[in-house]
Amino acid sequence: MQYDHDNSADLLEQVNYALNEDIPLRIQGSNSKHMLGGHVSGEVLDTRIHRGIVNYDPTELVITARAGTSLWEIEAALDHAGQMLPFEPPHFGPDATVGGMVASGLSGPRRPWAGAVRDYVLGVQVIIGNGKLLRFGGEVMKNVAGYDLSRLMAGSFGTLGVITEVSLKVLPKPRASASLSLNMDPAQALANLARWGQQPIPISAACHDGSLLHLRIEGGDGSVKSALSMLGGEPLDNGFWRDLREHETDFFKSAEPLWRLSLPSNVSTYILPGKQILDWGGSQRWLKTNESADAIREVVEHLGGHATLYAQGDSSLHPVSKALKKYQKNLKNQFDPQNIFNPGRVGSEA
Amino acid sequence: MNILHDERVDGALPNVDKDHVLYQLSTAIPDLEILSSPEELRPYECDGLSAYRVMPLLVVIPTRIEQVQTILRTCFELRVPIVARGAGTGLSGGALPHERGILLVMARFNQIIEVNPHGRFAKVQPGVRNLAISQAAAPFELYYAPDPSSQIACSIGGNVAENAGGVHCLKYGLTVNNIMKVNILTIEGEALTLGSDALDSPGLDLLALFTGSEGMLGVITEVTVKLLPKPQVARVLLTSFDSVKKAGAAVADIIAAGIIPGGLEMMDNLSIRASEDFIHAGYPVEAAAMLLCELDGVEADVQEDCDRVKTILESAGATEVRIARDEAERTRFWAGRKNAFPAVGRISPDYYCMDGTIPRRQLPRVLNGIEELSNEYGLRVANVFHAGDGNMHPLILFDANQEGELERAEALGGKILELCVEVGGSITGEHGVGREKINQMCAQFNGDEITLMHAVKNAFDQHNLLNPGKNIPTLNRCAEFGSMHIHHGNLPFPELERF
Repeated sequence: MQYDHDNSADLLEQVNYALNEDIPLRIQGSNSKHMLGGHVSGEVLDTRIHRGIVNYDPTELVITARAGTSLWEIEAALDHAGQMLPFEPPHFGPDATVGGMVASGLSGPRRPWAGAVRDYVLGVQVIIGNGKLLRFGGEVMKNVAGYDLSRLMAGSFGTLGVITEVSLKVLPKPRASASLSLNMDPAQALANLARWGQQPIPISAACHDGSLLHLRIEGGDGSVKSALSMLGGEPLDNGFWRDLREHETDFFKSAEPLWRLSLPSNVSTYILPGKQILDWGGSQRWLKTNESADAIREVVEHLGGHATLYAQGDSSLHPVSKALKKYQKNLKNQFDPQNIFNPGRVGSEA
Repeated sequence: MNILHDERVDGALPNVDKDHVLYQLSTAIPDLEILSSPEELRPYECDGLSAYRVMPLLVVIPTRIEQVQTILRTCFELRVPIVARGAGTGLSGGALPHERGILLVMARFNQIIEVNPHGRFAKVQPGVRNLAISQAAAPFELYYAPDPSSQIACSIGGNVAENAGGVHCLKYGLTVNNIMKVNILTIEGEALTLGSDALDSPGLDLLALFTGSEGMLGVITEVTVKLLPKPQVARVLLTSFDSVKKAGAAVADIIAAGIIPGGLEMMDNLSIRASEDFIHAGYPVEAAAMLLCELDGVEADVQEDCDRVKTILESAGATEVRIARDEAERTRFWAGRKNAFPAVGRISPDYYCMDGTIPRRQLPRVLNGIEELSNEYGLRVANVFHAGDGNMHPLILFDANQEGELERAEALGGKILELCVEVGGSITGEHGVGREKINQMCAQFNGDEITLMHAVKNAFDQHNLLNPGKNIPTLNRCAEFGSMHIHHGNLPFPELERF
């Protein structure tokens, strides 16, 4: 049994100790997203000592929790009130934390229609590299006071500081949800999705596995029923989307390296050799291939996208363009002048 | 404490030689339109916050992006402050000119570059008007969701710089949730692309950081926005309550039932009466509060939600629930709300619009607080509230021709914003800090947080040339502000010298 505990003082002390002694820190919850980014050799700062839901009032559509709170616990609390995290974050492990969810910035199948983690971050508390605990944003949906430093934390991989608490916008679960599979080739699937996207059909997930297009329809009873009868196809268990999100379908089981390609949705289907599935209506593609990182990235960049290798190492995350790198480095230096937060996680020089 | 630049707390103004800057710019860009005489500069001395006026040193009106690049490089080399301006509709003085700086007018960049129905995006120049995007997308049954009330006039560059909202934010989000990619120029004239045509990009989310950064980190030169399919139908319910508290509780009940209305607006009695006198929308002039609830989406769902909401409103104690019978009536219901500001303008020589946000459950407490402050300062306050997302727009009624009333209105406004912060809200939901709320930033953030924000600006603009003085107050200003606002016996900035 885990108990709710405010341990921010302890985290602050650990960061200040590390700053004084110049010891790099490897910030982690359950380390469930270890496959993303480079290896960090530093002392482990475990956020799970700082856990618990701080505030949740379903009528405000906002939940605030300490960074070490398990994602599972948050989803259970929301589910109890008929609500959800609309971006369906992947857990990739039984003990994933909400802090890690924000830091890694990963979203699941509903992302193209509902938005990503960053779209739902309303506020954070974060310990930065001067050893102080700061608060940005808050528990309100509209807030444009000062720079939006809370959204900036989403996908920052802990390189700007230790996230200690987050506030997230949440939404009611749809009243009806059903899935189906249609027999068509990938090119046809992309063309159909582009067409359906211009119509008010409540699609909330779309994945092509190589032979079938799987769709999830969510909304009121009426709209779901009429969309199902319009689209036809074979019924599909909604559990499919959980398995896809967690990389537990058969596709993910083969031994080749796994790549995530993020592309404009209208890029044609087969751009690289290897087995692939289309997710996010074509905007996210999973590729199993032995191609080199450079070859993959050259093709994907040319098409306006980027590629992530799901295996820890220096070639895991897509490098930032040269022009942007300078400013990202400037920014990093302002948050973490001693470079103690997760050095090496997002590349050797940042 | 005045919001205009005060060298005592805001630091010395830079020395800028106007003739030299004019010579350098006209030599570098011979065909650039430059305004320099007082009569030419006068129309640019303020934005939508017209109570505050500053004459810029020069106004430049470029027509090509390369010109903007050269202007920025010149400013960087000569260390001249530069303020970008779109349509000038902002309500917080974000485009208030700098007395020793150049005003960069981006309004001529008004081309829609591409509307892509398959990819559901539009690529536009920064001077394109918000509404023009939806009009260009309309043939494809698509639209751009954020709709600030100035959408006929305001431009997308300013929308991004301010992270503009509107009446549909609860369901459709703010500007930050509806853009994919922004091209910017840094103060050094370097071109950067933030975001991408895909749904995410490597590295830090600079697109999120730039959205709402009030022109302090870079100048926007192109914006790619998301387009959404137009909702099939929209229905609106107009509901009266005999108390504000009941109306607030009804909003919570609707949300708790799992319904997210497209728009959910509340008005108090004073705004209801002002709007009704002006628009004759058939508003309930006796009601203490009125809710407008719009449900949009697919026909079958909207009908179902409409029935549910009606039942919820009735059990929440509504004195009357009316569903607009047709599109004409729906438009009329909305016209009253959309014209609430000018309507209030008819019953008072001047009004001052606030923009605080609060957790919704705090509404009764905040409205009571506003009423007490209104009595204390002897000025009427009309309340218009984006009830769905907690964004309040108290309108303070005053007469600028009466000695001291503007100052009283400002002081009252400041107190209202501090009350919003006190209950866990924010001083601004969608209008931005600009220069208007520069003092109240000190109530929302502590010295360490403000220091980090200055550091963020420094990462992009080390000489503090882009829109200097906006958005983030100096620590000295906060020290002076703090000395006038001692909370719980503690000075917020004990380390600083008092003035």
